[in-house]
Amino acid sequence: MDMFTPVSASIGGALIGLSAVMLMLLNGRIAGISGILSGIALAGSGDKIWRALFVLGLIIAPVLVWLVSGEKPVFQMDASWPVIVLGGLFVGFGTRLGSGCTSGHGVCGLSRLSKRSLVSVLLFMGAGMATVAILQLVLGG
Amino acid sequence: MKKNLTALMAGLVFGLGLTVSQMVNPDKVLSFLDIFGSWDPSLAFVMGSALAVTAVGYFVAGKRETPLFAEKFEIPGKREIDAPLAIGAVLFGIGWGLVGLCPGPAISALSLGGFKVIGFFAAMAGGMAIFQFTKRYWAGES
Repeated sequence: MDMFTPVSASIGGALIGLSAVMLMLLNGRIAGISGILSGIALAGSGDKIWRALFVLGLIIAPVLVWLVSGEKPVFQMDASWPVIVLGGLFVGFGTRLGSGCTSGHGVCGLSRLSKRSLVSVLLFMGAGMATVAILQLVLGG
Repeated sequence: MKKNLTALMAGLVFGLGLTVSQMVNPDKVLSFLDIFGSWDPSLAFVMGSALAVTAVGYFVAGKRETPLFAEKFEIPGKREIDAPLAIGAVLFGIGWGLVGLCPGPAISALSLGGFKVIGFFAAMAGGMAIFQFTKRYWAGES
C-alpha cells in the first residue's frame, strides 16, 4: 500500500485552489486544463498565448520542485504501451466530449456548485474506480 | 502582458500543487481509485483542500464586476445535463483508471516520466483531435 499523505495532499490541493482563484480573479478564466490545452489549437489568435504559458508553467513546476528539494518527484507508471495509448485516447476524447476534467469540473465546477460538474465528477470517479477494480480482478491483483 | 504573466504563474502554482500532492504520480492516483484494494485516500484531501480554497476565492471574485486584468468573467453558461456530458465523463474515467493520468498531471509529468508520458500525451491530444473532427456527430456538444 502507498503511504497515506494527508498533509502534502492538503498543501498541494491548496496550491491548486490558489491557481484556480488567480486565473479567475485576475483573468476571469476557469482553470480547466483539458479546455486550456485544446484551446491552444482551437481558440482565436489573441487567446492562445496565455494558454500555452499556463501549460508551460505546468511542465516547469515538477522540475522546480526537483531543483529545490534535490530529489526527483516520485513517478511510477506501470501501464503497458497499448494501455497507455488507449487510456490517452479515452482521456482526450472523453474530456472534450464531456466538457472538462478533474480541474474544470472537479475543482472549478464544484466550487461554483455546478450540477453539470457534480454529475461529471461522480461519473468519472465512479468509472475510474470501476476500471481499477475490474483490472485488479482480471489481472488477479 | 499581465494576463500572460498571470497565466504562467497560475500554471506554475497548479503544477506545484500537482507535484507536492503527488497527483503527478500515476501509481499514487491509481491507489486512490483502488477503493476495493489497498485504498489510499490521500487524493481526497487534494480535492477537498482545492475546493475549499477555490470556493472562497470564487466567492470573493464574484463580488467584483470584472476580473482585474480582463474585460469579463468567462463562466460556462450551460446548465443542461445531457448525454455528451455523461458519456464523456465515463470515457474519461475509464482512461484515467487505466493509466492514472488526467490532463493536468499528464502535462506536468512530461518533465518527469520520459517516453511513456510523451506517448500518453500524444494519445490524449489525438483523442481530443478525434473529438474535434467528429464533433458534428455528437449532438448537443458545443
